[in-house]
Amino acid sequence: MQSAMRVFVIYLIVFNMFTINFLTARGQVAPVTQPASQAPVTVKIENFAFLPKELDIAAGTTVTWQNADDVPHTATSKDDPQVFDSGPLDTDDKFSFTFSKPGRYAYYCKVHPHMTGVVVVK
Amino acid sequence: MSNYIEKDTSNDGIDRRGFLKCMAWAGAGMVWAMKGGILSARAFGADAAGTSDSDFTFVQVSDSHIGFHKGVYTDVVGTFQSAVSRINALPISPSLVLHTGDLTHLSKPAEFDTVAQVMKSINTQQSFFVPGEHDYFVDNGNRYLEHFGKGTIGTGYQSFDFKGVHFIGLVNVANITNGQTALGVLGNEQLEWLEKDVAGLGSSTPIVVFAHVPLWTIYEQWGWGTQDAAQALGYLKRFGSVSVLNGHIHQILQKVEGNITFHTARSTAFPQPAPGTAESPGPTKNIAAEKLRSYLGLTRVDYMEHTGMLATTDSTLADAAPATQL
Repeated sequence: MQSAMRVFVIYLIVFNMFTINFLTARGQVAPVTQPASQAPVTVKIENFAFLPKELDIAAGTTVTWQNADDVPHTATSKDDPQVFDSGPLDTDDKFSFTFSKPGRYAYYCKVHPHMTGVVVVK
Repeated sequence: MSNYIEKDTSNDGIDRRGFLKCMAWAGAGMVWAMKGGILSARAFGADAAGTSDSDFTFVQVSDSHIGFHKGVYTDVVGTFQSAVSRINALPISPSLVLHTGDLTHLSKPAEFDTVAQVMKSINTQQSFFVPGEHDYFVDNGNRYLEHFGKGTIGTGYQSFDFKGVHFIGLVNVANITNGQTALGVLGNEQLEWLEKDVAGLGSSTPIVVFAHVPLWTIYEQWGWGTQDAAQALGYLKRFGSVSVLNGHIHQILQKVEGNITFHTARSTAFPQPAPGTAESPGPTKNIAAEKLRSYLGLTRVDYMEHTGMLATTDSTLADAAPATQL
């Protein structure tokens, strides 16, 4: 009876240690990466493509699209209702948008709809 | 101008004037004639334009991109005006002029005004327009429709009859799918209209369809095609002669499918690379400024009622002056 109790106590201690370690690990990772991933990010529009085509960012990050082509493009949300629309971006024009909510935001170019990209917000 | 060989002295069908005409068409590239849906090439230098025996002619201009100003393409108004000068120098003025879209580069009011001014200087009875994506994407075509939408329906489509030929202008750039496809789209509303529009016509009525983005898939990776074109062409299958004139790709490509002949026109502003031959469909790079005009041009179409024949003739802005001026 007594030994059974001891086993249970040890089990509890071990379980708690695991839980504490796990939480600590998460707590340590978060403060290091969170501010870094919120730094502004640029998506270059070049040769009729969004670079990078898929972008992973943390909520609160501002993304800036910049057109390096000699023809106009747009970065336009595919969602309904539309989340963002750059309007016409001629050569060297920029457009910025801050993603505050997590989600997957697909977008395209209204002038050349074969150009597509996605912003994944975590 | 001295005339060393005025007559056909060697009996080969070519005198000096004929030879120069040959050279003009050689520079232009192709002369095609269509009869009963069968396309046949005509000899260069033959009276391919057939102005003497055609019932009427019309001209297609395309992709003037007024407002564009990059690289060697610094004078798109000037090259557009050159195309107009060539039209006005034709021995017989075209009855109609069709502009197959991308009138402007960025849909700015001043750009539309310039297009209207240049088009007004053409010696013709009437001009017709369909929008390109550059005329539409900024404000869903509002300014385009304000300037050029008179007499059109919905997004800017229309039809009319001229001397027995039924013309249909279609709009495939209205972004109605919100990025769900890479290709041009006509949409259900327009397709229903088209079905009704041609329902009452006899199958012998010659049909000319004009639209900006090609109605056949040329290169899907660059969006060079129209997603629901097959449905539209289905309504036109029963007609003996259908000519489809498009722009958008800034180069000449042709194809025949049954009784339907497809033709894309050059731009008056800048050329684009052949499908898949460059990293992107942007304006062709590395063209010497002095060669530019040989990549720009216009298309003339002759219709001969008694033979039911449509002949398209493409010429560049660098070609020799029309025969009458040689």
